[in-house]
Amino acid sequence: MTDAALAPPEARTLRSYVYDPKYRGIFFQVLALAIVVIFGWWIFHNTTENLARAGTASGFSFLNGRAGFDISTTLISYTNDSTYGRAIVVGFLNTLLVASLGIVTATIIGFLVGLGRLSRNWLIAKLCTVYVEIFRNIPVLLVIFFWYKGVLDTLPQVRDSIALPFSTFLNNRGLAFPKPIWGEGAVFVPIAFVLGIIAALAIAQWATKRQMATGQQFPIIWTGIGLVVGLPILAFLAAGAPLTFDPPIAGRFNMTGGARILPEFVALYLALSLYTASFIAEVIRAGIRGVAKGQTEASSALGLQPAMTTRLVVVPQALRIIIPPLTSQYLNLTKNSSLGVAVGFPELFSTTSTTLNQTGQAVEAIFIMLTVYLTISILTSLFMNWFNAKMALVER
Amino acid sequence: MKKTLLSAAIGAAVMGLGSAASAATLDDVKAKGFVQCGVNTGLAGFAAPDASGNWTGFDVDYCKAIAAAIFGDATKVKYTPTTAQVRFTALQSGEIDVLARNTTWTISRDTSLGLNFRYVNYYDGQGFMVPNSLNVKSALELSGAAVCVQSGTTTELNLADYFKANNLQYNPVVFEKLEEVNAAYQSGRCDVYTTDQSGLYSLRLSLSNPGDHMILPEIISKEPLGPAVRQGDDQWFDIVMWAGYAMVQAEEFGITQANVDEMKESTNPDIKRFLGTEADTKIGTDLGLTNEWAYNIVKQVGNYGEVFERNIGQNTPLKIERGLNALWSKGGLQYAPPVR
Repeated sequence: MTDAALAPPEARTLRSYVYDPKYRGIFFQVLALAIVVIFGWWIFHNTTENLARAGTASGFSFLNGRAGFDISTTLISYTNDSTYGRAIVVGFLNTLLVASLGIVTATIIGFLVGLGRLSRNWLIAKLCTVYVEIFRNIPVLLVIFFWYKGVLDTLPQVRDSIALPFSTFLNNRGLAFPKPIWGEGAVFVPIAFVLGIIAALAIAQWATKRQMATGQQFPIIWTGIGLVVGLPILAFLAAGAPLTFDPPIAGRFNMTGGARILPEFVALYLALSLYTASFIAEVIRAGIRGVAKGQTEASSALGLQPAMTTRLVVVPQALRIIIPPLTSQYLNLTKNSSLGVAVGFPELFSTTSTTLNQTGQAVEAIFIMLTVYLTISILTSLFMNWFNAKMALVER
Repeated sequence: MKKTLLSAAIGAAVMGLGSAASAATLDDVKAKGFVQCGVNTGLAGFAAPDASGNWTGFDVDYCKAIAAAIFGDATKVKYTPTTAQVRFTALQSGEIDVLARNTTWTISRDTSLGLNFRYVNYYDGQGFMVPNSLNVKSALELSGAAVCVQSGTTTELNLADYFKANNLQYNPVVFEKLEEVNAAYQSGRCDVYTTDQSGLYSLRLSLSNPGDHMILPEIISKEPLGPAVRQGDDQWFDIVMWAGYAMVQAEEFGITQANVDEMKESTNPDIKRFLGTEADTKIGTDLGLTNEWAYNIVKQVGNYGEVFERNIGQNTPLKIERGLNALWSKGGLQYAPPVR
């Protein structure tokens, strides 16, 4: 009886099952599953029951109703006659805009600061350390308010705008600048830009192959820049420079005409970029520090110059350490963009909340927000995982 | 066996959690010993905490009247400050028992939000406030202005409709919290502030130089403001609404906080019925309260006119006229159905 495993199956007692790791494992897994299922069922049941009791309408048909409210920043055409669904899309695009610009800026600043902390120059290293320690230890909401109330709010009133060159005006309602109006034939410019990128990539591939085969080098970077910048300029000139400007003019209350960048957007964008950059800087520093010193020494011993050592030996290895935590920072930045509601930037959270309030469809509105944020995050993760796999050590 | 017992136990525990907060609201309120009242986060004169942290104001007095009617003690209220965005969800979810937060009664709130309105404690209308320096005399001159407005309000929708109907352009500057809208207006982020006129009078006081701002003459909407409750509990609905009517009726009878004890000796059958001194009266008990309910409201909170004058009337910084909120017998709209 002491050793259940040796006993014949029909002779087993309840006690022997309790002490059998296999059955115990199954028991606890079934138990965990049961708890999850019961919990899920309870949430569903509770929600439907409460909805029925509250007497509110349910379903997603409210998305087709007229929104009736206006939104300050819209990337697609939107009026108060548009639907609630479109208002949510406007918010979604604003979220994407601030998140994608923020990610690019945060990465650039983070990279520079991360490298700066490793610099042998005492002043640069200390300045970068101070930057990281300040922004990493302040809540992001406070950083947003700092920019909104502390910096942008102190700009002059609209009637005392600071006039900058090229009919550009700066005041506490944002930056008003001439709005470019593209004429006929302007469509060739972005086409040329895309073609330039494709051509540059093709040449880079060809040059790498040739260098592998013959050892001959090719000025990839300069050719690439020439193609990406030069082709659109050529296309622009060839199309007869189809560009005019609509400058802002001081109206009775506001600048009229022109385009403007609102302070709500700037505050959110700068705060998210600077805040996340402090974390990215640490990720970069950790990645570079994570490459064994022997690697640098070995490449020097092989006669590689310091710049080539960094580019060919250190960075590729550091990237493997950097990419996974970098993904988390990108996801954080995207999710933190919902704090824009605090300064009145109409991102997804803001427009969906207004919709929620006007229609009372709380469960549906929250569900939409959850789904959208989850989808953005999963897509970002998938892309970064793909990038990580591409950068991972290829074993030979 | 053990497994099924355990899951049954968990299931039972979980079900117990799920079935809370479904009993009659009056019983819940009596059981917990106070009314949970949803109020504004801070609107001087209507609902705002004073220097010592006590909530005061016109809407706060409404909450107190409900507590006085139920418990005979106007202090048995707890306040939940709610933003415009969360107020209805707070009520629907049962977090608050009643919403007394200068909320406009509209048909869609009455129907699709699952709320009930009936009594209007303040007849309001939406207006505009601008700095004097802009030299604006009418809302129709506002084309091109940046307008500050709170999100999730009828105000936001009326604003869009008004500018569209008059073919005017504007830039919306929208915040969720009232404090943020105030700060934006004060810093010159926008030219115009729009909300209910009562709100504008209150907000003007909180500006550094109230005299530098004027409220434009246009009233662009009807804003009947009143308390709201959840649908599906008629008894609670009746109590909340009659607490308001009782204050109006008391003013009509001329019963005040000061003379209510004398009035108890009155031989007027209407007043006797109202104050619960009529023999075998069942008016209070039929509501689910005591027959002293109206007496307690007037004794502890006052009649409608007293509440109005104390919080927002001529002797307060707000200096709001009775206007539409005068008694029906004096040319206003405040009218209580008979207490009979």
